[in-house]
This record gives sequence, structure tokens and C-alpha cells, in this order.
Amino acid sequence: MEVQDKVIKLVSEATKMDAANISINTTFVDDLNLDSLDMVELMMKMEDEFGVEIPEDETENLKSIGDVVNYLKTKSH
Amino acid sequence: MQLQRVAVTGIGAICGLGNNLNDVWANAIAGKSGITTIERQDTSAWPVTFGGEVKNFKLSEELMPLKEQDRFDLFNQYALHAGDEAIRQAGLTKDTYEASRIGVVLGTGLGGFPHIEMHHKTFLEKGARRVSPFFIPSVIPNMAPGLMAIHFGFRGVNYTTASACASSAHAIGTAAMEIMLGRQDAVVTGGTEAVITPYTIAGFASMKALSKRNEEPGRASRPFDVGRDGFIMGEGAGIIVLENYEKAKARGARIIAEVVGWGATNDAYHITSPHPEGEGTVPCMLQALEQAGVAKELVGYINAHGTSTPVGDVAETNAIKRVFGDHAKKLAVSSTKSMTGHLLGAAGGLESIFCIKALETGILPPTINLENQDPACDLDYVANKSRKVDIQYALNNSFGFGGTNSSTLFKKV
Repeated sequence: MEVQDKVIKLVSEATKMDAANISINTTFVDDLNLDSLDMVELMMKMEDEFGVEIPEDETENLKSIGDVVNYLKTKSH
Repeated sequence: MQLQRVAVTGIGAICGLGNNLNDVWANAIAGKSGITTIERQDTSAWPVTFGGEVKNFKLSEELMPLKEQDRFDLFNQYALHAGDEAIRQAGLTKDTYEASRIGVVLGTGLGGFPHIEMHHKTFLEKGARRVSPFFIPSVIPNMAPGLMAIHFGFRGVNYTTASACASSAHAIGTAAMEIMLGRQDAVVTGGTEAVITPYTIAGFASMKALSKRNEEPGRASRPFDVGRDGFIMGEGAGIIVLENYEKAKARGARIIAEVVGWGATNDAYHITSPHPEGEGTVPCMLQALEQAGVAKELVGYINAHGTSTPVGDVAETNAIKRVFGDHAKKLAVSSTKSMTGHLLGAAGGLESIFCIKALETGILPPTINLENQDPACDLDYVANKSRKVDIQYALNNSFGFGGTNSSTLFKKV
């Protein structure tokens, strides 16, 4: 599965929102209405899924699905 | 200072007898047992495998969005479920009164034990960086009233009382005081508990507090019977809406009963055993009667703490005899824990509801499984069958570990 699909699947499971309504442009705060605790939980799930460690100051820059996908791609190289 | 009168205007309940007030009450007066072998979890390694377990519970998504339901431990969800039923019955909204004069005071004995166990396992297995940010919000005891305030928009007094098995009785007492003193116009109160977990069962079993009658769950809770061998863990919530009587009347609310007196004391005796002569519970019941200015002969029914432990049932019987004298033999006493099990911090809420329904309907719920009455327990316990009796006042007793006691007096309207 592509990184993007995996991220969308994880976000869909966490938010109970249909994956069809989540795209690369979907933002966490404005579109998905996530608060700071939701974001911490979501980043934990990303770390588990992709076997990476996302530093706290980095998560502040991750505002959309696309941001997360790009970040994970840079980490995996 | 003129004290305000306190009306009960809404009731909500969930326990092993049913998931709403009508089912709970219908099964209680039919003398049914809500105690079964535990089904939700694998109990093969548990010392005790039965309890008053809630069945087929699903919180409405209107009360909590689906994505949040895994986050908040069950005691929060039972509180929202039963609270919603009570609030709807009362017809109470954040606009009924000034929102800051509508409060929520709930009791819980242990709070989020199941999630404490779950998150602690993650901590041990995966380390600190995997501990969920929702661990603390899920388990802190006051999140139940907190979630209710957020959902319903009630901005008044909001906290949790913790006094073990008397928690929700203290909640109702303090909530009634808030209204009597004119500080609040309405307070949603009662209690919630959901701690049927391997760790808590093991803890209570180690204290030798639990019945071991694993083969006969429905017959295990037998308060005042010679065969009683400990309490049975229950779970659920019992929530009521209290309102300033005159204001409730003015807005046309249906007044179901009145809270007229509250007593609260301590045995100052032992961490878990009750004082055998009722040195704490006697003044507790007397305080409730004195506050109300009610002659003891007018009390027709006591919903006893009656946990089905060998020493507790005798101690309470002795205390009732000391308080009521000759009248002790004329009034009716029952322990509905014979049907629901012991809801710990939610017991006082649910059992206050049984008092209120007894006043409203003139039907006293029974003590079931009372087959061979203990000679040391020599009162009228409404054995095995409910009874039709018109009563004017009903008293709820709730006592807890730590020697704490609470007695609340309700009046028919």
C-alpha cells in the first residue's frame, strides 16, 4: 500500500470518517476538527505504523495529510 | 436563613436489571435477579466469575461521537446515558435557569479502573511514549460530570464525591444542600460505577468481601439470609435531577418526590468493618430525620445498604432498631442489592431511585433470595415479593469503606 493510502486509512480509523472523504489536501484542524490531544494520539499511530519517531516540534508543521505523507517519505529515505 | 425545598423532577437508571428506568423498576418489583455469569470478559482466571453486569449497552452517538467512545471509560458513558434519561424526563435544558445555576454532582467509588489497567499495560509493554493522551481524561473521577456539563451546557457547580460505596449518596446530599442554600436552581446528581475488571475483582476477593457462589449467580446476593457470604459486584448508574421546588413548580415540571433530610457521619472504628452497634450509622439516620423535622413513626420504608455480608447486615439491623425503637418492627426494610448486586459508588444513586419510585407508586421492591432469615436480622425485609403500601417517607442508607455513612430522607408529594 502506498504511504498516502496508509495514512488516509489510519486517519479514517481514528476519526471514524469515511476514507473517501479524506484526500491529500485534507487538514487536521480545519477539515477534521482535531484538537491537540487528537493530534498526539494520531502521531502515535503514525509512529507505530511506519516505525519512525516524529519529534514533537516536527508535529507542529504537519497540518494536512499531504504534510504527513511528505514527511514520512523524507524519513524513509 | 430560609432553606429552599428540593424537588426530584427526573430519574435515569442503568444496571443489571435493565438499561432504562422502566425496565429497571419493572424487573425490581417483579423480584428478578440481574446477576449472571460475567459475559463481556474472559473470567477463566478470576476468583469470582459473576456480577450484576449491564447487558447490550451502546451509548447513543448523540451523547458521544463514535470516535470518542473508545477513549472514555465506561463509568463516564453510563453517567451520560442515565443522565440523559433523567434530564429528558425533567425537561431540563441549559436555558431552563441561568446556566451557571445548573450543576452536576456525581459520585463514583473508583472512577476509571478498567482504563487504568488497560493504559498501564501499554505503558509496561511499549513505554511512556505510547501512553495515550486520553488516559488521564478517561479515568479521572470528575470527567463524568465534566462530560455532562460539556454536552448539556450546564455551567453550575460540578464535581465528584468519592466515599467508596456511599459516594453517590454523598453526591445527592451535597447536591440537595446546594439547592437548599439557594446556591443552585437545579443539580443533576447520583452516581456511576463500572469496575468489573480482573484487578478490582481480585482486590475485593482478597478482602474476602465477595460472594463465592459462582455456580448460582442469581441466588448469590441474599441479604439478611443465613446463607449470605459476601457482596456481588454490580455496575451501572443511577441519576436524578434535583430542582428548587418552587421554581420547578412555577415552570410546570412534574415533581416526583422531595428530598427533605440528609445525615452524614463516620463510624471512627475500622477501615472496612462497620461498627457492630451502629455508633456511626445511628446518628447518621437521626440527622436525616432531624433535618426534616419528621417523626420517626412516619418513615414507612428503608432501602437498606444491605450488601449481603455476614457482619454488615446485622450491624445495620441493630442500628435501625436503635433509631426507630418499637417502630423498627412496623416499617419495611429491603435490600435491592439482592437483585442488582452492589453498584459501589453508584449504589446510593440507584437505591435513592428505588425509594423515590416506592413513594411515587406505593410499591416496595423486595429483598429476594430471603429463604432462611438470619435470627440476628429480625426486621420486615419485604421478603421475595414486592408489596403495595402507601408510604409518606422513605430513607436510603449507604455506607462505605473508611467508615463513612450517608442517609437521605425522601418525601412523597
